[in-house]
Amino acid sequence: MGVVTKAKPTRKPRDRRHRYQAFFALAMNAWIPSWFKGGIFQGGVKGVCVPALNCYSCPSAMGACPIGAMQTFFAGLRFNLSVAQKKFGLYVAGFLATVGSAVGRMPCGWVCPFGFVQELVHKVPSPKIKIPHFLTYFRYVVLATTVVALPLLIVDQFGYGQTWFCKWICPAGTLEAGIPLMLIKADLRPLIGFMYYWKLGLLALFLVWFVLSRRPFCRTVCPLGAFWGLFNKASLFRMAVDDEKCTLCDKCTKDCPVEISIYKSANSPDCVRCLKCVSSCKFGAITSEFLGKREVSPDLRVKKPA
Amino acid sequence: MKRRLPWILLALSIGVMTAGLLLGEYRTVLEKAITVCLDCIGIG
Repeated sequence: MGVVTKAKPTRKPRDRRHRYQAFFALAMNAWIPSWFKGGIFQGGVKGVCVPALNCYSCPSAMGACPIGAMQTFFAGLRFNLSVAQKKFGLYVAGFLATVGSAVGRMPCGWVCPFGFVQELVHKVPSPKIKIPHFLTYFRYVVLATTVVALPLLIVDQFGYGQTWFCKWICPAGTLEAGIPLMLIKADLRPLIGFMYYWKLGLLALFLVWFVLSRRPFCRTVCPLGAFWGLFNKASLFRMAVDDEKCTLCDKCTKDCPVEISIYKSANSPDCVRCLKCVSSCKFGAITSEFLGKREVSPDLRVKKPA
Repeated sequence: MKRRLPWILLALSIGVMTAGLLLGEYRTVLEKAITVCLDCIGIG
């Protein structure tokens, strides 16, 4: 007869997620000399898209923000078509879809520096506020309008549109590029005007919201998360919940950084796949699977008698 | 079909990305990325 015992917990990568987030944040912004030279990194590798919302105008950014790059293609599409230039944004769209079809929204939970910032700021003690679920649909509106429709439809006399999301919304750009560049490049300071204060105010509002709610930007605004979330149900990386083991104790929801009940929809577009629920489930009901390899919470084990 | 869908999506995505690279879109992204984006920092 088997005896249920508590095995010595083994620490998995998912238990050290903040270290991975810190590592990727530093790796994507590793060109420190730019901070002293007063410019931005301009190496040839910067055309490589990074799987995160990481502003390419951050002085030390090593790669290209895929949302910024995508808007640039949409903003220039009508001009490019008018002069028969074959630039359709396939590289960036293909990159986004490749990441999405492999792991879905996983980079949001493990790679994105702005997601990491939100989780750190949320640790500030304060009353906490839940985000109503209907607000999470707003990110699709942001994606459809500011990233696709407006850059494509509202153009100047030459056919060029604007990068609406970067210009009017993106608080990551303000935090990673707007503030640092103003500090290190004195010649930009005279250009500060309404737009700069608008973005600074928006960042301040978001920072307050980060303290009060869990990852509010990712859940309600981020167009990158909106796009990758669409792949969660059809990606190679999958989450699964064993209904027979699940006791509906809701521990997973309490621990979840985006407050979802994974037992209701294992591959919800809201899930950032941080795998915290796999660790927090004491019944081993939540599993993740990638290329046939299954991960399960290992705290409960059946020990054979001697 | 459900098991194959992720692989089909992945293959299509890599194909689209490769097509973009062959059309020289890497350079377009690079040119944008190495220029200070005035829109991003709020002075555009």
